[in-house]
Amino acid sequence: MTNPVIGVLALQGDVREHLIALAAADAVARPVRRPDELAEVDALVIPGGESTTMSKLAVLFGMLEPLRERVKAGMPVYGTCAGMIMLADKLLDGREDQETLGGIDMIVRRNAFGRQNESFEAKIDFAGIEGGPVEGVFIRAPWVESVGAPVEVLATYDGHTVAVRQGNVLATSFHPELTGDDRVHAYFVDMVRAGL
Amino acid sequence: MSTLPSTPQSAESAIGTSRVKRGMAEQLKGGVIMDVVNAEQAKIAEDAGAVAVMALERVPADIRKDGGVARMSDPNMIEEIIEAVSIPVMAKSRIGHFVEAQVLQSLGVDYIDESEVLTPADEVNHSDKWAFTTPFVCGATNLGEALRRIAEGAAMIRSKGEAGTGNVVEAVRHLRQIKNEIARLRGYDNNELFAAAKELRAPYELVKEVAELGKLPVVLFSAGGVATPADAALMRQLGAEGVFVGSGIFKSGDPAKRAAAIVKATTFYDDPKIIADASRNLGEAMVGINCDTLPEAERYANRGW
Repeated sequence: MTNPVIGVLALQGDVREHLIALAAADAVARPVRRPDELAEVDALVIPGGESTTMSKLAVLFGMLEPLRERVKAGMPVYGTCAGMIMLADKLLDGREDQETLGGIDMIVRRNAFGRQNESFEAKIDFAGIEGGPVEGVFIRAPWVESVGAPVEVLATYDGHTVAVRQGNVLATSFHPELTGDDRVHAYFVDMVRAGL
Repeated sequence: MSTLPSTPQSAESAIGTSRVKRGMAEQLKGGVIMDVVNAEQAKIAEDAGAVAVMALERVPADIRKDGGVARMSDPNMIEEIIEAVSIPVMAKSRIGHFVEAQVLQSLGVDYIDESEVLTPADEVNHSDKWAFTTPFVCGATNLGEALRRIAEGAAMIRSKGEAGTGNVVEAVRHLRQIKNEIARLRGYDNNELFAAAKELRAPYELVKEVAELGKLPVVLFSAGGVATPADAALMRQLGAEGVFVGSGIFKSGDPAKRAAAIVKATTFYDDPKIIADASRNLGEAMVGINCDTLPEAERYANRGW
């Protein structure tokens, strides 16, 4: 079987680390900044970054609607941190004008774990991933305040939901791409393969 | 970034680890960090798409003009900016002034810039940045300087340039210097790396890591003299992972428009058409200073070692 082509939304954020993690998980990884580049990928990762900036740039460069259409049409997507925010149907503590793609029936609270001084790492038990807990690096991280019926909660930390999946769409509050532990990326690549 | 071993202080969770500090800078990549002196400017920066703001009392161009000792900003002003925006807020301490850094940490800033733009407080020592939970960014003019700062705990490096001049020439010089020295290390064999470390006056382990990675183990931004969208794109094409813009925005004719234009050009740094569009009708750029007419004593890049 040929390896799936997975794009990383490269408007801003830790794109390079996702490209490396996806390649390690046997995907063909490439940066995506333009609608024609989006059209060529099987799936997409929305990286960590500054969600307000990312959403502004998506609007500015005509990416918002093409992204929404692909997500609606069932393209597999994985968002980390800012990417989780982009995939939320609804935000708390966001800017009023902040656009999201939606895709997961959840309410996400921005910077819920606090500012940088409260950023932390912890071991996270992740449903569906074997070999012990994954390393969670949380940076000014959001959490999921509440989810709708179709959403599966995959991980929690300190009573807060930090990883979710709805169909083909996956999101984590934390950054597996910063750890060298590629199991969450491998989990996503398996999701993509299953849908091809 | 390089993958660091996990170093939890307890089984539960750990704050202030290298991964968390360096990882924060990774999230800023591809973005623009803007100097702001009040909440109103901070909002303009956030609206324009800045990934973070640097809160300071006077932009470098005014520090140059006013002279005197430049210090950490008023905590009230920093807190007002923290309140005003949802993006990360950075603030500057003087070189070696670890108490200013302690104060900034207590205010909850997201990053501390131990900056040559302020008047140094110690002419021998920089602050011990490992002692802080808040991560630090530091300036560097060459690879040795960058690695000495990383050895002291800096979690992000910016090439220094010459702040407050609106002249990109020094930013180019310093970034090229760092990139060239990294490229040279790549060609060295193991025997040569020991002598290279001695020459760079940097720890051998870090020199070896850079030689293996082909990049710094932390994020590298560019700073000091960026005034136009094309300047920002130039620094990105030369290898900067993002840019700091100081006086260039709020010392120009139309700050909101210029800020948005610099953000666009930073994202699409390799697309001349987009840079051209971003460069149209921006009004007056800040007045520049020719760096070769700048007396040695007024060169901020010489501060720090």
